[in-house]
Amino acid sequence: MKARRYMDKTFKAGIIIFSILTIVPLFIILITLLKWGINALNLDLITKVQRPVGEKGGALNSLVGTLIITTISTIIAAPISILAGVYVAEFPDKLLSKITAVSSRLIAGIPSIVIGIVVYAWCVKPMRGYSALAGSIALALMMIPNIVTATVESIMMIPKDYREASRSLGANFTRTTLKVIMPFALPGILTGLLSSFSRIAGETAPLLFTSFGNPFLNFNILKPMSALPLLIYNYATSPYKEWHQIAWGASLILILIVFLVSITSHLGVRKWKA
Amino acid sequence: MRKILLATLLLGLISTLKAKGVELTGAGATFPYPLYSKMFDVYYQTTGVKVNYQAIGSGGGIQQLIAKTVDFAGSDAPMTPEEESKAGTEVLHIPTCLGAVVITFNLKGIKELKLTPDIIADIYLGHIKYWDDPRIQKLNPDVKLPKLPVTPIYRSDGSGTTFVFSDYLTKSDIKWAEKLGRGKSLNWPKGVGGKGNAGVAALVEQIEGAVGYIELAYAKQNNMPVALIKNKKGNFIRPDIESISKAADVKIPEHLRVSITDTDNPEGYPISSFTWILIYKDLSYLKDMRKAQELYKLLYWMTHEGQHYTKELDYAPLPQSVVKIIEKNLKTLTFEGKKLQ
Amino acid sequence: MINKRSKNKSEGGSISPFAIFRSTKSQDIVFVQILKISALLVSIVIVAFLATLLLSSWPFVKTFGLKALVLRVWDPINDNYGALPFIVTTVLVSVLALILSVPFSLSVAFLTKERYLPKRIKDLLTTSLNLITAIPSVIYGFWGLFALAPIMRIIQLKFGYPPYGVGILTAVLVLTIMIIPLSASIASEVIKLVPEELEEASYALGANTYETNLKVILPIARSGILAGFLLSLGRALGETMAVTMVIGNFNNFPSNLLGPSNTIASLIANQFNEASGIHQSGLIFLGLILFLITLIFNFTGNLLILRRLQK
Repeated sequence: MKARRYMDKTFKAGIIIFSILTIVPLFIILITLLKWGINALNLDLITKVQRPVGEKGGALNSLVGTLIITTISTIIAAPISILAGVYVAEFPDKLLSKITAVSSRLIAGIPSIVIGIVVYAWCVKPMRGYSALAGSIALALMMIPNIVTATVESIMMIPKDYREASRSLGANFTRTTLKVIMPFALPGILTGLLSSFSRIAGETAPLLFTSFGNPFLNFNILKPMSALPLLIYNYATSPYKEWHQIAWGASLILILIVFLVSITSHLGVRKWKA
Repeated sequence: MRKILLATLLLGLISTLKAKGVELTGAGATFPYPLYSKMFDVYYQTTGVKVNYQAIGSGGGIQQLIAKTVDFAGSDAPMTPEEESKAGTEVLHIPTCLGAVVITFNLKGIKELKLTPDIIADIYLGHIKYWDDPRIQKLNPDVKLPKLPVTPIYRSDGSGTTFVFSDYLTKSDIKWAEKLGRGKSLNWPKGVGGKGNAGVAALVEQIEGAVGYIELAYAKQNNMPVALIKNKKGNFIRPDIESISKAADVKIPEHLRVSITDTDNPEGYPISSFTWILIYKDLSYLKDMRKAQELYKLLYWMTHEGQHYTKELDYAPLPQSVVKIIEKNLKTLTFEGKKLQ
Repeated sequence: MINKRSKNKSEGGSISPFAIFRSTKSQDIVFVQILKISALLVSIVIVAFLATLLLSSWPFVKTFGLKALVLRVWDPINDNYGALPFIVTTVLVSVLALILSVPFSLSVAFLTKERYLPKRIKDLLTTSLNLITAIPSVIYGFWGLFALAPIMRIIQLKFGYPPYGVGILTAVLVLTIMIIPLSASIASEVIKLVPEELEEASYALGANTYETNLKVILPIARSGILAGFLLSLGRALGETMAVTMVIGNFNNFPSNLLGPSNTIASLIANQFNEASGIHQSGLIFLGLILFLITLIFNFTGNLLILRRLQK
């Protein structure tokens, strides 16, 4: 009798404690980031580019690089993924559908470093040079599965009646899909887009062998470009305290971007599911 | 927000279409990186030419040059015969400065140590496990060495610095020559790997009892202690610009590739080395004559006016005799059959 | 007389080349073609991927066969390509992280199911877990290097070990934090699927929370939870940056759990830029192996979830 009571109490306490413990690291990491990064959050960080040790440098080139590369990736990945997702959702019984669904899931399982080395072979070597475009292609590959899944799931949630009603009114498949289905699926798809966007903004491994890095401010996607994760990686593993500072500042900026986008997309999901 | 993104995209499109000024891309050695980053920064301020140099290690530089994904490479290790055959055509090795591989360590309160090549070898081979080992203590009677485990730090990437370090130990310690030999990547039996000279310096700073081999500039920039090494003539030498220059007091061949480790000079620092910029002699593959010309100008500047920046960063400048040979080599650069100049 | 034009002229305009889009059937044909092409592209991507990996690994496999998977020494200079230490470390680090994460993910799953818990707290938990997933890998590595490693060094010194700070244990701890959210969310979803009646019946029969959760709900949700774990394992296996920054970059088996080693992913990150020929082919081969291992775990996990959903 007592043993049961005791186990029950322990169990209840246990799941509460362990659950609290799961979010403790989040707060520790955020507090550490804030503590060390807040000093680095000055105007220099976002107005200056990388400079040699001893000179006042900043993260401007990396920040711009991240924005450019992630935007290009989204532009590359979104159309293909959404259209593919529409196909899978609307024609689930076709062989191509099943193959595509499996392919998408397979892509999701590729380790990010492996994506980097394959895109090196596809783009960097033939182009005889590193480029932001190669980096964007690598990141776009990583976005595809998320967007496809989001599209498929959003469309599947729409009741069959909508489609049938539209068809019965004389609209063809194209019209039905574009004017009836898509508007309803859009929130879900956008959520998928945003969450994959925030995911790739923080990716480093695929950029190591594709985008390469660039201490100068660069807008040309056919040339090497820096990005926040690359900056953080290089500066964090260096011995210079001033570079550590910049890396903390850059980490704060990166987390801000990622969190903002992530929270927006999750609030979107909740609103949409309600 | 959307407007900013749109504007950036437009800028990107325009600048992609509008092939602006010449930009050069290089990769490789971290050994000279403090000097190169200063040099390229100044070069940009004065000439407007952007040089994007990524310090990924000498091994990386050489491979990317062979793959022709970069315009030039930096390396403290000359290309091996295999690498040269992979490159196909001749690659010029242009020295840019002299530097030193120093032995740094993390021991509380100890600013200086005397070391010999056999001790260094045994530390990295794992035979010496604690700092209070009698052999080290005997060399340093005035210092109280703690019973702290020794952690060797080495390079995790293909490194010219590793090459220089192992080249020296291969010449001066038989055990090393047999077990590990010389190379940019070795089969380290013990310790922790760091990325680049920067990574090794960082790890030595963080781990108590660590010992690492890094370029002098990195030790100086971070106020790290440096060991005095016993050279071939039996003198314990501190690495500095003078002892490095003395080690370079050798006959330099026309192809400019020479190892100056384990120097015969009694006042020379035994782990000194040149570092080179590697470029193809025939620059036709660049397809852009302006690029080839800028490359030539860059190298000329680095080996002439650029030398002013060496000493303040603790690198030794190129001896005049070497500069003369460099000029001869640079004159052999060609673009589509025509000599550049 | 029937004017041929009037068919397409219901609005009174003249024939335009876009007339085809006004015909509802051809519009559909074109649109579906576009959809098909996009789907095809996605499928081609993965095929091209595998093809590249296989083609680029072939030189290595032709020369060394599959021996690399069992040999123990990785020394490219002397033509030794033994990848066993990296395979072992990759699996070891991931499995340990998974085991450590189990009590945490299960606790979250059980907790979020409880009805008496205010929604606010459940949302806080879910949002926090989502944020943990959102933190980029390189920042985990950065934090691990500067916040976790020094603590590890103090502990290591206390027990007489060299104060590496970086190594297997540090990597495991960082990885555990990273994969908890994924396994927690899948476990939560699966446990939610357990019919409420079963839970109520259990309570009605006099069982307490501990017994209901562990002896009634858990066994039913077991396969789904296992699937969640397998998927988190898949995620952990491919994790590159965080691990590379804290694993120590030692190309051999770790001497103990506190020592440095190297995973397949970090080996590739370290050596790919300077590798060429057989060495590069070998690294790509290892990348392929890593992908295959991840694939097996992901596939099994997905299969189990599918079966669970069909029941």
